[in-house]
Amino acid sequence: MIKNLKKQNVWFVFTPYLWLVLFFFVPLALIFKISISVSEWGMPPYRDLFSFSENGLKINSTLGNYLFIFSDPFYIRSYLNSLSLAFTSTVLCLLIGYPIAFYVAKSKPSIRNILLIMLIIPFWSSFLLRVYAWKVLLQGSGIINSILIHIGLISEPISMLHNHYAVILGVVYTYLPFMILPLYGYLVKFDLNLIDASNDLGAKPLNTFVKVILPLSLPGIVAGSMLVFIPVVGEYIIPEMLGGSDKLYFGKIIWDEFFVNRDWPIASALAMSGIVILVFPIIIFQLMYAKYNFKNE
Amino acid sequence: MSEPFLQIIDVSKRFDNVVALDKVNLKIAKSEIFSLLGSSGCGKSTLLRIIAGFEKPDEGRILLEGKDITKLPPYVRPLNIMFQNYALFPHLNVTNNIQFGLKEEKISKEEINHRVNEILNLLELNGLEKRKINEISGGQQQRVALARCLVKKPKLLLLDEPLAALDKQLRVQTQFELVNLQYKLGITFIIVTHDQEEAMSLSDRMAIMKNGEILQVGNPVEIYEKPKDKYIANFIGTANIFNVLNKNNQIIIKELNYEVKNINNKENYVKCLIRPEKISVKKLENQSDNLNIGVVKEVAYLGSYTKYLIEVNGFEFYSFMQNSLVSDNLQIRWDDKVQISFNETSIYFFND
Repeated sequence: MIKNLKKQNVWFVFTPYLWLVLFFFVPLALIFKISISVSEWGMPPYRDLFSFSENGLKINSTLGNYLFIFSDPFYIRSYLNSLSLAFTSTVLCLLIGYPIAFYVAKSKPSIRNILLIMLIIPFWSSFLLRVYAWKVLLQGSGIINSILIHIGLISEPISMLHNHYAVILGVVYTYLPFMILPLYGYLVKFDLNLIDASNDLGAKPLNTFVKVILPLSLPGIVAGSMLVFIPVVGEYIIPEMLGGSDKLYFGKIIWDEFFVNRDWPIASALAMSGIVILVFPIIIFQLMYAKYNFKNE
Repeated sequence: MSEPFLQIIDVSKRFDNVVALDKVNLKIAKSEIFSLLGSSGCGKSTLLRIIAGFEKPDEGRILLEGKDITKLPPYVRPLNIMFQNYALFPHLNVTNNIQFGLKEEKISKEEINHRVNEILNLLELNGLEKRKINEISGGQQQRVALARCLVKKPKLLLLDEPLAALDKQLRVQTQFELVNLQYKLGITFIIVTHDQEEAMSLSDRMAIMKNGEILQVGNPVEIYEKPKDKYIANFIGTANIFNVLNKNNQIIIKELNYEVKNINNKENYVKCLIRPEKISVKKLENQSDNLNIGVVKEVAYLGSYTKYLIEVNGFEFYSFMQNSLVSDNLQIRWDDKVQISFNETSIYFFND
């Protein structure tokens, strides 16, 4: 295909790749470089990978950082915490987002646009502010506690902040649109006659959902789940603002290694491991899924 | 008709104050092919969706074999519908589409396989079992849609514009296949269509609908030969409608200035219909002959017959002539004077 492109079109096609190389692969390579460096005091806080002495070129690389993080259950546990957070919030986003996406997709076109705008409006304010708003809502003197005390359900404020439930709440709230929009994209194309046909052939509503609607919206479910799951694994801000000390998450650990311990090689090794562990299963899944889709088309 | 198979009683339906159906009454007999015919927006599809159970009527009842099914959800009604766009499941192959409905019933696997094979044979779908829906042609899709309904052995099959998505040649062939199939299986068919030719050739009886009302019910011959009003006359085929004058017990077709002599019933009719194929034209040899002289305004040669647009006293109407019968007629050209004749028995009188 590329063979047939004219010269100016080649640039058109390669601009995104250039972008990807400059702003993704190069930084990734830098992180990788740091991750196999030896940490030391100074600026930057690691030894150069190559150094020249009278004995010639010397390579100061080590796999020690990786060995260290994989031998310490502390890091592994934090990663598992992040995976479980990502999994829980993806499932919750799906359960909450699916009916919303379905409802929006099936409403009249005039109402549909209003509903979509309502979904997108929160994006106009800063992500940080929206998470902070939850902090205000949930805190001891916050609105929710005040109301509950006022109507007499509780006598003193309950602590809703600084635990992993608050983190899940914040994550689900923040990432919900990323689930709804791809789902909506598939459901809006859905032929309503298929639901009628399924009903007509004797399938009750639940069977119709399981046998017809669900399989046909699977690509939307996959896309939405990816968009929620992947970034949540590395999520730093929400656990930092809403979370407590009950569970440590991976993003927070990396931050602490970088800025608190100033151990850039360990932090980089953590980041690299996190990416690799996450990326390979996803690539395999995507390949299998693409093959499955190809077979079905 | 003893106990009607399907009875529609005073069914009304509104959508946001727009009346889709207005007190519709209809009786359909067992094993007949019944068509609902009308232009778009006449309510025929709404009526079909109400029979299928997708819509609930605001008023009225639907009885199937005397049993009230008005409130039953679609998945328990013993009838099936074939959709205009077929609504086949794109994620399933041909076999899985066909057995979809059977799997919802409590039937053994052997029985399902047996019935699926039976229907595959009946509709000549063998060899396509494992194909995806988008891997088969439009005609094959239509047969799969039909198979998916028929495999359930419904008492009643609803067909929404069954032939609309096919190209013309396939449509004619499929028309005959549908009728044969219905004859073989004896299932009652209700067909919704806007295509009058389709309705005429398929149906035992048909209902003409307009603005949510049924204007006339009858067999194709009745509807064509004895339309209740001008709208139906024009909707089915081509209609020449003339005004009728009743002067001193003389019945006169006004535009032709022609007196109808052999008429027993001298009721006060206002209009009459003469179908174009019942008016013959003949090239005028000598001027003196007759009063009924017209001028040819248009000639359209269509192979088996020719359409002539004739003008008499400023009024225009059509005459269709079989080409096999009168070869002289091929010489009739624009602006020729022609003699017009028709049999008085082929005049159909009606009140507007």
